[in-house]
Amino acid sequence: MSMDKETVRKVAGLARIQMDDAELETMAPQLSKIIDWIEQLAEVDTDNVEPLANVVNINLALREDKITDGDCADKVLANAPEDVQGFFVVSKVVE
Amino acid sequence: MSDLTHMSIAGALKGLESKDFTAVELAQAHIDAVEAAKDLNAFVTETPEIALKQAAESDKRRADSKAGALDGIPLAIKDLFCTEGVQTTASSHILEGFVPQYESTVTANLFREGAVMLGKASLDEFAMGSGNTHSYFGNVINPWKGEDGKPLVPGGSSGGSAAIVAARAAMGATGTDTGGSIRQPASFCGITGVKPTYGRCSRWGVIAFASSLDQPGVLARSTEDCALLLQSMAGHDPKDSTSAQKDVPDFAAAITGDIKGFKIGIPKEYRMDGMPDEIEKLWQQGVEWIKDAGADIVDISLPHTKYALATYYIIAPAEASSNLARYDGVRYGLREEGEDLRAMYEKTRAAGFGDEVKRRIMIGTYVLSAGYYDAYYIKAQKVRRLISEDFTKAFEQCDALLTPTAPSAAFAIGENEDDPIKMYLNDVFTVPASLAGLPGMSVPAGLNADGLPLGLQVIGRPWDEETVFKVGGVLEEKAAFTALPQSVIRKAA
Repeated sequence: MSMDKETVRKVAGLARIQMDDAELETMAPQLSKIIDWIEQLAEVDTDNVEPLANVVNINLALREDKITDGDCADKVLANAPEDVQGFFVVSKVVE
Repeated sequence: MSDLTHMSIAGALKGLESKDFTAVELAQAHIDAVEAAKDLNAFVTETPEIALKQAAESDKRRADSKAGALDGIPLAIKDLFCTEGVQTTASSHILEGFVPQYESTVTANLFREGAVMLGKASLDEFAMGSGNTHSYFGNVINPWKGEDGKPLVPGGSSGGSAAIVAARAAMGATGTDTGGSIRQPASFCGITGVKPTYGRCSRWGVIAFASSLDQPGVLARSTEDCALLLQSMAGHDPKDSTSAQKDVPDFAAAITGDIKGFKIGIPKEYRMDGMPDEIEKLWQQGVEWIKDAGADIVDISLPHTKYALATYYIIAPAEASSNLARYDGVRYGLREEGEDLRAMYEKTRAAGFGDEVKRRIMIGTYVLSAGYYDAYYIKAQKVRRLISEDFTKAFEQCDALLTPTAPSAAFAIGENEDDPIKMYLNDVFTVPASLAGLPGMSVPAGLNADGLPLGLQVIGRPWDEETVFKVGGVLEEKAAFTALPQSVIRKAA
C-alpha cells in the first residue's frame, strides 16, 4: 500500500482534518488505490516538457494602483461564526 | 399553463414580447413545476419569492421597452455561484447557512439581462463528483428512468441544474465544468450543455474547486437556448485575471445548419476497450449525420488521451486542497469548537466536509507535500502540456472533434460508489478537453435500449465556440431528439 495508516495520519494533519483510527483505516486503502492508479503517469516520457500551469496565454493586466473597495467591515463579518467589535474571534493563540 | 414550461427560451422571449403571457405567469408556471418536481431534490434552496419579484420587475421593464436579452426567463442557478443575500452552499455542510454579501459576475450578468432565479440547484459537494451522490443535502434524482424504474443519478457535478431543466421546471441553468460537470449531466438528462473556453466566463464569485480548470457554462434544452444564455454570461471581468479580454461573438448566429466543407475529427483513442455497443453505435450515427451535412470526417489521434484522467486526478485535487484551505471555521461557514485553534480547524473540517471532498483534499495535500511535489504535481503538469499539444496538432487537421460525451447512460444511484476510480471513469471523454481548456458541448442524440438519453460531444478550438455551436446545431437537427423523461410525460397526461 502506497499510503499506510501513519502516512494518512500525517497527511490528515497537514490538511487539518481530524480523523480517528477507524477513518484512517478506511481511508488508507482508498487513497493508496488512487495513488497507485495515478502513478501510471511515470511511464510517460516528459523529458524536456515544460509544465503547463495555465491554458490561457493571457498576460496579466495591471490596473491602476488605487483603492477600489473597502469600507465594508460589516459585510466581511456578516458570515463570521463569532465576531466582536469588528474582529473575528478565535481561541487564544498567544500565551 | 404547462405549455409555458415546455417552451424554448427563444420561444418564450417571443411570447413575452408579443404579450402572449407575462413574465409573472411564466415564473409562476415554473414555480409550480418546481413544486411538482420536488421528488427530484434538485434544489438546495428554492427562491419563489425572488422569482416572482424579479418577474414583476421584468414585466415593468418590458412595458417600458427596456427589456434585456433574457428578460423574464426563469433559470436555476447552480449553488456554486455566490448570490447576494441568498444562501450559497456548494452542497457542503461547511457552507450551510453562508449568505454571500456579493453577487458572482456570471449571475450579475444574467440578472442585468433580466433573468429570473427559481433557486439554487444542488451539485456534488464543491463540484466533486459525477453522480450528484456527494451532496450534503441528499441525492438528486434523474427525471429519466430505465425499464426497471430504479432511481438514476442525473450525473454531476451540475446534477441539480441538469435534472431541473430536463424536468421542464427551469428553462435553463448555470453550471460549472471542471472535468465534465456540465457535459456529462447534460448527456445523462437528455439536454444540451456547453462548457466554453477556459477564460470565456468570469470565475469571480464562483466557489473555487480547481482554479486552472473551473469554467462556468450553461445547460438548456437546445443549442440556441444555450447560445442565448452564454451570450449574456460571457465576457471580460476585471475581477478575474484569467477571464479573457476578447469580444464575445454572436453564438446564436453561428447556428446556421451549414457545415459544408468543415473537417470533423474522430479521435481513435476515444474508442475504448469495453465501451458499450450502444455508445459506439451512437458515435457512428453522429459520424453519418456529419457526413450527410456535407462535412468531411478526418481520423485523428490524441495519443496521450489514456493519461488524461490520472493527470486530472493529480491537478484537480492539488488545486482543491489549496482552495479549500480557506474553510477554517473563522471567517464564514461551520465552526466546531476545539481545545485550541488547531483542534478547532481540524474538527470543523472533519465535520464540514464529506467523504469525497476529504479524499480529494488528502490526495491533493499528499501530491503537493515535500518530496512528492515533483514526482506527482510537476509530472502531471508536464503530461497536461502533452495532452494540450495533442489537441493543437489535431486542430491542424480538423475544425472540431466529435466524440461520445460519456461512456454510459445514467446509472443507478448507489452504483459506482464502491470504488472512487470507477466513478472517475465517467469523465473519460470530457476531462481531456478540460485539461486543454477547450470549449465543449453535449447534444442529446438518442436513447439507449433502456430508453435513456445519450449525448454526443463536440470539442472546438480555443475561443471557437461558434464552430462548436454550428456543429452542435447540425447534430441537434439530425437527431431531432424530442423524447421526454417519464415524470414529465406522467404529469402532462
